[in-house]
Amino acid sequence: MSEVLVLVDHVDGDVRKTTAEMLTVARRLGEPSAVFVGQGYAAAKEALARYGAAKVYVADDAVYTDHLVAPVAELLADLVARTSPAAVLVASTNDAKEVAGRLAIKTGSGLITDAVDIESADGGLRVTKSVFAGSYTVAAQVGTGTPIITVKPNSIPAQESAATPAEETVTTEVSEAARAARVTSRTAKEKSGRPSLTEAAIVVSGGRGTGGDFGPVETFADALGAAVGASRAAVDAGWYPHSHQVGQTGVSVSPQLYVAAGISGAIQHRAGMQTSKTIVAVNKDAEAPIFELVDFGVVGDLFTILPQAADKVQQNKG
Amino acid sequence: MNIVVCVKYVPDAQGDRGFESDRTTDREGVDGLLSELDEYAVEEALKIVEAGEGEVTVLTMGPDDAATAIKKSLQMGAHQGVHVLDEAIAGSDAVATSLVLAEAVRKCGEVDLVLTGLASTDGVMSVVPAMLAERLGLPQVTFASELTVDGGHVRIRRDNESFSETVEADLPAVVSVTDQINEPRYPSFKGIMAAKRKPVQTWSLADLGVDPSQVGLDAAWARVEETQARPPREAGEVVTDEGQGGEALADFLAGRRLA
Repeated sequence: MSEVLVLVDHVDGDVRKTTAEMLTVARRLGEPSAVFVGQGYAAAKEALARYGAAKVYVADDAVYTDHLVAPVAELLADLVARTSPAAVLVASTNDAKEVAGRLAIKTGSGLITDAVDIESADGGLRVTKSVFAGSYTVAAQVGTGTPIITVKPNSIPAQESAATPAEETVTTEVSEAARAARVTSRTAKEKSGRPSLTEAAIVVSGGRGTGGDFGPVETFADALGAAVGASRAAVDAGWYPHSHQVGQTGVSVSPQLYVAAGISGAIQHRAGMQTSKTIVAVNKDAEAPIFELVDFGVVGDLFTILPQAADKVQQNKG
Repeated sequence: MNIVVCVKYVPDAQGDRGFESDRTTDREGVDGLLSELDEYAVEEALKIVEAGEGEVTVLTMGPDDAATAIKKSLQMGAHQGVHVLDEAIAGSDAVATSLVLAEAVRKCGEVDLVLTGLASTDGVMSVVPAMLAERLGLPQVTFASELTVDGGHVRIRRDNESFSETVEADLPAVVSVTDQINEPRYPSFKGIMAAKRKPVQTWSLADLGVDPSQVGLDAAWARVEETQARPPREAGEVVTDEGQGGEALADFLAGRRLA
């Protein structure tokens, strides 16, 4: 069975949920080989084994993380040449998408981004993705080279399947050209204690209707164990950090439950949340387009509705 | 400082976007415009040359109507335009797009900076800037939320979910910018009038030395096999709050086992 290379998405060895999702789908397509780049493999090892990595390539040389994107693309190109994998899977993050783009050129391979499902079909791989702000679903296939696919987080349910991976430390020659863009500082963002936006099962977002007070949004998010998102209007107004922006120019989320509070539902916001399984909205304006998408909506003031809902959720738990 | 800004003509996201019978994006049935995210790249280029000196060339590839994207950029203040226009281009994927753009950038001569937006608003792949850097052999300095150019050197702030990074490189370089970087200007009346006299060159694939068989739908390394309009979401229940709206919301979530 051919290897399927999976570029591990992690922060200092803390393996993100997307990696488990990619390993799960890789098991359907061949033999999953995780490619771990950077520091912290010791911390990641157990999770990679739990989700069925048959092999792990560890590249912990600082050259791969001291420069932007290009060295990792060279590393993967070497591994592709060596192992002739059935596919290369990476997460749909900015960094990994760019690695995938460069790898496609280097290896003469087709690239498909933001897959929500991958199946073997007709001697190739059938990749499903959502386009035009979630208004279309398309099936695509790579016809040339090694299929390179970026996988959208929270799309494929992760399933455990314990393995004992063979480990191999890899070092490759990194070209001068690939060292041209230097990462001269890297500052970790403050942790909010809430789940990460792309991985969260529930997201509660606030928009213009909060008037800048995200208190009720955060309270309701915490009652549900949810991540907090924000509309572009709220971010542009400086009410919430850009890293929480849900929409076309921010993060695209696909949680089990999406709560839009004080968000009208402009196309550019819908592009980032329309594939959520259940959608709920609270808005003063009964005519807001967001209500066209909802499974349940409440027309009214989020400042009274969200705290009341949070209390009731807590009571129900109790 | 010579800056080339790569821009794309896209179907308006407010319109009813869809596909042609060959499963390429329908660019006729929907009004098109300069991809909104490219305005940030044009604005940043203008700010750089206004603070120093140099020229901004705006580069696009696409059908006749793609000239609209060049026109808007010239109205904002770019100095000249290049339109790569060739029937063979229709249906090109990101790989072919990056090939054509790379050859066009080379033909532009001495270029210090290649600027792009963070993604197009139709394909939304965000990979063409990285592919361009790969093809041109230039440093890739992408997703800039802040950009400083001085003394043959470029420095950006790049944010992702977990980190904020500073990335530096020597010029020439390929830089993509996010919508956090600036506030794009509206064309002034003077700018609109001036744009009419600005030069726009039209280049074919032959002018670039690109073999037509390397681009277009038939050459695509990845292809769409099937498209399906997502069924409209079934209208859910919408209630008006009369004092119990929050509880109704919590009950709905409990009923779905979501809370």
